Amino acid sequence: MIVIGERINGMFKSIGDAIAAKDKKPIQDMALREIAAGADVLDINVGTRVPKAERAEVMRWMVEATREVTGRPLSIDSPNLEVVRAGLEVACKKGPAIINSTTAAQDRLDAFMPLAKEFGTGIIGLAIDENGIANTVDAKLEIGMRTIAAAMENDVPVEEVYLDPILLPVKSDQTSPQVTLETIAQFKMLSDPPPHVVVGLSNVSQQATERSLLNRTFLVMAIAAGMDASIHDPLDDVLMNEMITAELLMNKSIYSDSYLRAYMQHG
Amino acid sequence: MPLPDATEKWTMAINEVAVGAGPDEGGTRTSVVRVGGEKTLPYMHFEGPMPNRTVVAMEVWDRAPTDWAPPLMEALGDVVNSPAEWAKACEEKFGAEMICLTLKGTHPDFGNASPDDAAAVVKSVLAATGLPLIIWGGGHDEKDNLVLPKCGQVAAGERCLIGTIKEDNYKTLTASCLADRHNLIAESPIDINIAKQVNILASDMGFPPERMVIFPATGALGYGMEYVYSIQERGRLAALGGDKMMAMPVICQVGQEAWRAKEAKATAEEFPQWGDEQERGILWELTTAVSLLQAGADIMVMRHPKAVAALKGVIAELMKP
Repeated sequence: MIVIGERINGMFKSIGDAIAAKDKKPIQDMALREIAAGADVLDINVGTRVPKAERAEVMRWMVEATREVTGRPLSIDSPNLEVVRAGLEVACKKGPAIINSTTAAQDRLDAFMPLAKEFGTGIIGLAIDENGIANTVDAKLEIGMRTIAAAMENDVPVEEVYLDPILLPVKSDQTSPQVTLETIAQFKMLSDPPPHVVVGLSNVSQQATERSLLNRTFLVMAIAAGMDASIHDPLDDVLMNEMITAELLMNKSIYSDSYLRAYMQHG
Repeated sequence: MPLPDATEKWTMAINEVAVGAGPDEGGTRTSVVRVGGEKTLPYMHFEGPMPNRTVVAMEVWDRAPTDWAPPLMEALGDVVNSPAEWAKACEEKFGAEMICLTLKGTHPDFGNASPDDAAAVVKSVLAATGLPLIIWGGGHDEKDNLVLPKCGQVAAGERCLIGTIKEDNYKTLTASCLADRHNLIAESPIDINIAKQVNILASDMGFPPERMVIFPATGALGYGMEYVYSIQERGRLAALGGDKMMAMPVICQVGQEAWRAKEAKATAEEFPQWGDEQERGILWELTTAVSLLQAGADIMVMRHPKAVAALKGVIAELMKP
């Protein structure tokens, strides 16, 4: 399971304050905490407090700060091409990166796929196109296929593509989790080798009361459906233990009596 | 129609373990062996690197075996009466690349030699040969915990490979190998879950996984070999797929298992239809070894000089790109 840690995000107060104060330390501490908790990739998001014109510069600064403490893959999280490019320029000097993300709108694919090729990065493709979020399994698959085709045209390996079916909050769209689960299973059959499949896990529980329970339950169900990457909070240790256990039950790892400890210490 | 590309992309390589230390590293060995480092299944050279070939070790006992088959004893000759002479013959006459000194005589039922006696044997073998040394306990947990640390101490600096630790008996030997900077063999009873668990337990004590070798238990051709093969292969697949607690090189006790089989040691008089007993045991040992090579074995502990020579030939052939 590829865990993309979501905590370096300007939307969180401590990170937002650190950005405002140009203080690297809280960002670096969070990076190390996420890694210690089992994150494989660190998502970097400037958040919305930063004025649009300054976001590329802030992204560059956040990535620099993170790169001072780790060579782990970084997920450069922005819909804006210039912000993503700024992040990649720094991130890829000292380690791998993932572009988070592109939609399948043709102009976006035309811009972002060459960027993934240029920097040799992974890329998350959302089930969104010119018509907005795809709501049915078929529509999501059609977009997934288009994203893979665009990757191939641009010489980006399919193994570097992360398809995101777009998971909506259960509170606002109760059909979304089930449609997402079906899509996950079918995304994996789109090509050989298959693309990765990722979701932004905490979406499912937006505005709901039992946030952690919803996140955990959906994660286990999605792993059973074949999902192999997730953007979530690795500091939620109950969530992480359920993830490790679900993967074990799917025979993705070898059982040992100390399997939880083994995963946390040795990956 | 072009053939589809069937190569796998593995995420992780097997750890590379160095056994033996020369004068530049504080030891006295004239050769150092490196095992592991594979980033593909065995001999799939088109798919990924296999930087080190499988190494052939020969068994040397601290006391002359009493129940080995006559063809084996004849091939080894009188040297079996002296561990130092035996080790020297393995290096100079039989072409061994490592010595596996088995301290059978320390077992309470097979001579009960003291830790000091065993340590003296280790010293004599180190003096007689420049090959890297594997030191294997007599198979009695409590006694091994007294004997092996002592042997590790007198061999400090030689970077030996010492074993075995087990799920319920690992602390003493792990601590002593950590202190004397030896490599460690982790044993499990043909059980992949326990194999992983022993590795975790030792690494929890601070022992570097990069200095461990897995002994998943060995089977002989016709005697559980298929099961052993499957377990080894599954472990290797998990390791190549990223499981760090399975990414250790593997050691196989080929001679011991093969020569336990009736087919290897029965006389021609008992089973005339089974053919020449001089050749049969060698073939049994060799065939067992060749099968295990395919499962991903990195160190083969052998007994018969002819089986050793033939196995080295097979390995050289398989390593050709």
